[in-house]
Amino acid sequence: MVFTDIVFYVLAAILLFSGIRVITTRNPVHAALFLVLAFFTAAGIWLLLQAEFLAIALILVYVGAVMVLFLFVVMMLDINLDKLREGFWEYLPMAGFIGLLMIVEMTMVLADKNLHPGQAAEAPVNYSNTATLGRVLYTDYLLPFELAAVVLLVAMVAAIVLTLRERRDSKSMNPSEQVRVKRNDRLRIVSMPAEVEAPEPAPAAEEKK
Amino acid sequence: MENMQFDLLALLPELVILGMGMFILLLDLFILSQNRSILYGLSQFTLFAAAFFTFKTHTPAVGFSFSHMFIDDTLSDVIKLMMYLGTSLIFVYTRKYLQDRNLFRGEFYAMVLFGLLGMMIMVSGHNLLLIYIGLELLSLCLYALVAFDRENPRASEAAMKYFVLGALASGMLLYGMSMLYGMTASLDVSDIANSIMQQNKSPVLIMGLVFVVAGIAFKFGAVPFQMWVPDVYQGSPTPMTVLIGSVPKLAAYAMTVRLLVQGLHPLALDWQDMLMLMAVLSIVIGNFSAIVQTNLKRMLAYSTISHVGFIMLGMMSANANGFASSFFYISTYVLMSIASFGIILLLSRQGFEAEEIDDLKGLNQRHPWFAFLMLIIMFSMAGIPPTVGFYAKFTVLQAAWQAGFTWQVVLAVLMAVIGAFYYLNIVRKMYFDAPADHSPLTAPVDMQFILSVHSLALLGLGLFPEILLGICGHSLLISLQ
Repeated sequence: MVFTDIVFYVLAAILLFSGIRVITTRNPVHAALFLVLAFFTAAGIWLLLQAEFLAIALILVYVGAVMVLFLFVVMMLDINLDKLREGFWEYLPMAGFIGLLMIVEMTMVLADKNLHPGQAAEAPVNYSNTATLGRVLYTDYLLPFELAAVVLLVAMVAAIVLTLRERRDSKSMNPSEQVRVKRNDRLRIVSMPAEVEAPEPAPAAEEKK
Repeated sequence: MENMQFDLLALLPELVILGMGMFILLLDLFILSQNRSILYGLSQFTLFAAAFFTFKTHTPAVGFSFSHMFIDDTLSDVIKLMMYLGTSLIFVYTRKYLQDRNLFRGEFYAMVLFGLLGMMIMVSGHNLLLIYIGLELLSLCLYALVAFDRENPRASEAAMKYFVLGALASGMLLYGMSMLYGMTASLDVSDIANSIMQQNKSPVLIMGLVFVVAGIAFKFGAVPFQMWVPDVYQGSPTPMTVLIGSVPKLAAYAMTVRLLVQGLHPLALDWQDMLMLMAVLSIVIGNFSAIVQTNLKRMLAYSTISHVGFIMLGMMSANANGFASSFFYISTYVLMSIASFGIILLLSRQGFEAEEIDDLKGLNQRHPWFAFLMLIIMFSMAGIPPTVGFYAKFTVLQAAWQAGFTWQVVLAVLMAVIGAFYYLNIVRKMYFDAPADHSPLTAPVDMQFILSVHSLALLGLGLFPEILLGICGHSLLISLQ
């Protein structure tokens, strides 16, 4: 067994452990921290594959930015844990069945003898993963790259459209809206039967009881 | 890098849409809210300009650009022109509704244009990555548009359902794509086809195919991936429903052609069975569920599912004839669905949604002309001659029959007869029931006029079906050579 193999298995074991802990731990802050650990070990595995840029990007973007934001949200929201875990046992058989199905599928895929990972060619000494990635990104993959920027723009616009609210305490008036008011917005005419004076009940009958 | 300039020229319509979308987004900040009609005009102008450039740069030859990622063939040009027309009609029909409900904002037009851009990329994508990004761009815009009316809890619920299930479907599509990439070592559609041809069929390829087909079926709303359709159709504000239910189907069709025909044609025997199963189930479940609906939008959602079944009925033949027939079906379906939602939008007014079937009661006494138009639309959806819907069903069934799918065709004809029940039920309510409310129409004249022309076109196309049929068949044939 080569040294890199040992490193891989250690990292993989940590990754699996932290992945399981993410969904089993009771405390959401702990779960988020276990997710950070999972990202770190995944980045380590990518380093083994000599994908340095991706490994660093994973740590910078996911651990550095996304997870920090996520932790903020988890800490600020008062999450009711018992409510979250409600129905866990109820859904377990179904979830377990689907999980089993996925394991079978993955085994079928990985056991396929047509899927033979070729030995990666030895990279030249001064080979830079980052430079190659950059070159491909701005030539062959220019169009998807630019379109991904449009996707981000749309996400930003959507987030603002859905959350930006005009100040509720603002006392300013909008004359054009006031003019457009219709009668039905202010006044509701309800048709009711005319009230008829009820005949005097006979209290004497009650008292007799 | 030398032919960069030429590359951009092929993308001219997309660039126009993108640029104008951003311009509208910015302009919205600087104009007064009572002048927002400018944005509407600009959006219509954008669609016109894009159509002009698509038409001008059209050549019968198949052109590639951006390192074989972007394909510019006749099929993509024809579908794009149909998309501009559909979006333009939607803009006309939805303006009054949006103004009445304080939704008439620049973001609506910008988001629709960005979504259109995503659809155009899907149509012209010749690379799995590009197709996926186009799909995400479209989906993201649609999710946001469904939730656009923030005060409406039903719309928020619909958006949430659509988002969660849509994200799941995108994930499945991506998973399938990654398996295809693993087996063929390429993201390019034609390289994938060549690579599959040279290797043995393996479980991984089939599994990748299953996931890709599942992703496509979700976008179409075919059984068993139909669960989002009724809830999202009913919950969304009507303008968003028509946006989801019409033009994106064209994009989904183009995606199917790119992925299944141009990319995975060597596996046609496998996906034929999958499409057949989905087609039969969609037609049966869609038609039977539509019968019991009382909400017009929900009924139209189930009718969409059955129409999708017919579209897949054409595609399962896996030959040019079948795909041409489903192209014809889908283009007529887009026209029909926009028209039917156009009627709902026409009858809606401030504070009133005409979305129950009973709201159409006695329409003949209130507005005989629009009752007649709705009659044409419903006849066309049911497939009653001489409307175009009849020819659409006829060509699809003919193609399936010629490909040897006998019992499927017989079943589809039976189901079409059952389906006619709920369309004719609407006609019965319009003509034989007494009207429940007598409020006058508030729709602007331009909308009434264009809706009339649009609905009459369904009749006109039915009388001369060979025009549209010829365009569909021709564009598909010279693109698939």
